[in-house]
Amino acid sequence: MVELSDLVKINDYEWEIPVSFRKDMRVPVHIFATHHLLEQVSKDRSLEQAVNSATLPGLVGKVLVMPDMHQGYGFPIGGVAATRYPQGVISPGGIGYDINCGVRLLASNISFQEVRNQISDLASALDYHCPSGVGTKGSLRLSKKELNRVCVQGSRWALEHGYATEMDVRRTEENGCLPGADPSRVSARAMERGRPQLGTLGAGNHFIEIDIVDEIFNQNAANRMGLVKGNLVVQIHCGSRGFGHQICSDYVRELQSAVHRYGIKLPDRELVCAPLDSPEGQNYLAAMRCAANYAFANRQVLAHHARTAFEEVLAGKVKDWHLRQVYDIAHNMGKIETHKVDGKDVKVCVHRKGAMRAFGPGSPVIPDEYRDIGQPVIIPGSMGTASWVLVGTEQSMERSFGSTCHGAGRLMSRKKAKKTVRGEQLRRDLEMDGIQVRAGSMPGLAEEAPQAYKDVDEVVETVVNAHIARKVARLRPVAVVKG
Amino acid sequence: MANDANAGFREIEHTADWELEVWAPDMPALLEQAARGMYALSGVQLKSESRVSRSFNLEMFDEESLLVDFLNELLWILEGESLAFDHFQLQIEEGNLKTVLQGAPVASLKKEIKAVTFHNLQINRRKNGLIVRIVFDV
Repeated sequence: MVELSDLVKINDYEWEIPVSFRKDMRVPVHIFATHHLLEQVSKDRSLEQAVNSATLPGLVGKVLVMPDMHQGYGFPIGGVAATRYPQGVISPGGIGYDINCGVRLLASNISFQEVRNQISDLASALDYHCPSGVGTKGSLRLSKKELNRVCVQGSRWALEHGYATEMDVRRTEENGCLPGADPSRVSARAMERGRPQLGTLGAGNHFIEIDIVDEIFNQNAANRMGLVKGNLVVQIHCGSRGFGHQICSDYVRELQSAVHRYGIKLPDRELVCAPLDSPEGQNYLAAMRCAANYAFANRQVLAHHARTAFEEVLAGKVKDWHLRQVYDIAHNMGKIETHKVDGKDVKVCVHRKGAMRAFGPGSPVIPDEYRDIGQPVIIPGSMGTASWVLVGTEQSMERSFGSTCHGAGRLMSRKKAKKTVRGEQLRRDLEMDGIQVRAGSMPGLAEEAPQAYKDVDEVVETVVNAHIARKVARLRPVAVVKG
Repeated sequence: MANDANAGFREIEHTADWELEVWAPDMPALLEQAARGMYALSGVQLKSESRVSRSFNLEMFDEESLLVDFLNELLWILEGESLAFDHFQLQIEEGNLKTVLQGAPVASLKKEIKAVTFHNLQINRRKNGLIVRIVFDV
């Protein structure tokens, strides 16, 4: 158990667990948090899980923990770890079961004032057009051959089939397609699960939300992203569905024996891993990229459905009802990137589990229109609270492998949330606050209550004060669709 | 089977996911209790008609992996065929699990489980049997 007294304070927003804390640690753990945020996680296993992550072979720099951290399995949620490529390891548990879970932000020229009486209709139309809920299947039924193409092409597949625009693809991390995806590394069971689920939201903490741009903090960056105070935007939060879950399960299981073969000793079996240059590591990387590309295509198809919903409700009623992509970014992913470590360029595999990529200005891999402001970062809140649009910074590149926080972060257990919150009452309360709610399950809604999450504003203030992100705009929810 | 000192399950507080503590006198009974606990967490309700039977075999790498494999197999059947089980005949012989399961189509399902994890998964021996904590990603 890690006590707060074990942490070395660097400043009000940064802390460190030195490598001397436990003899199996290979690198220190660097935490971005206020004392208050640390106190909130002091009774869960976040910090212990971060220390466990610091034992992986081939780590470079430090294991990083973001202020929205909470306990997960294997890695903590909010964890970032980079391993040297190709001798270091890749750990499926350091990426998570929902491979390329992420968020897409769509902006509009629709003023809230102009459509305030249509928000309920928009929520219902989104709920109708965007399949959600437990075990949901979508309207697409992909053949195996077609699913193989989704695996390899990602958002490009959606573009070819009329679900995307060129701008959507350009404004997606990696242009919506990780190279090196190989469907032959994906199990038949994963393929079976993936075929009916493309274009579905799922359940749990996934959602589609309509927000108002509530406040602008960086006018230049907001202009570039098309964010106008008082206008509507849409967030889509989901991942690779059963396809990604199965791929992660398959490889976590397979690597249980691989770690013995490679003589890797770990404090937690969920951290199983394999050298990146081993057959097992290469196979997982190729399969994970399939799931990542599936998730990009999934959010793209959902964006298409969201556009259909907006057109259905607003066409002919407002001048411009179109939704334009701001950006789409993953927060559960393993990526091969080059970062400066001790002043030298090093090729690494960055594991981000509940952490957003946040590349700073000048990065060649972000769209031209964002290159001088930094990559957009989308931080969803918790139904009743604000969400944030940030950008990456020069310091995020130097200090956090181009990463920042990914959300508010859970605070309360699901069990406690179910006990203390009634789903129906929560829906009424949110509607009293002007937030339309469409939810498939009232107990599920209760588990995701705003009071189950940390204060997203405090999380954002922390990354801003630690200089690993800059504020662009704050969003306020007016409608939420949940599975 | 109701929870008692010999066999049962209970939900443990977990910030983001679900955690179950499961106990039973032996490995087959532990698998059964884990299955019942997982179904309970998911809010599975069975239809009263159309009883079905399924059987499958699993090779045991070690006890913890067998537990994960068994629960994942049930999740696969739940998602693919919308079936769940309430009667379990489980036998472990020479490193293999043989199952004969009886159940019914699912009438309602409240929550989706993404995966059964290996996080801190360790089956411990105690005076009257086995005990384990399982974390589910939801």
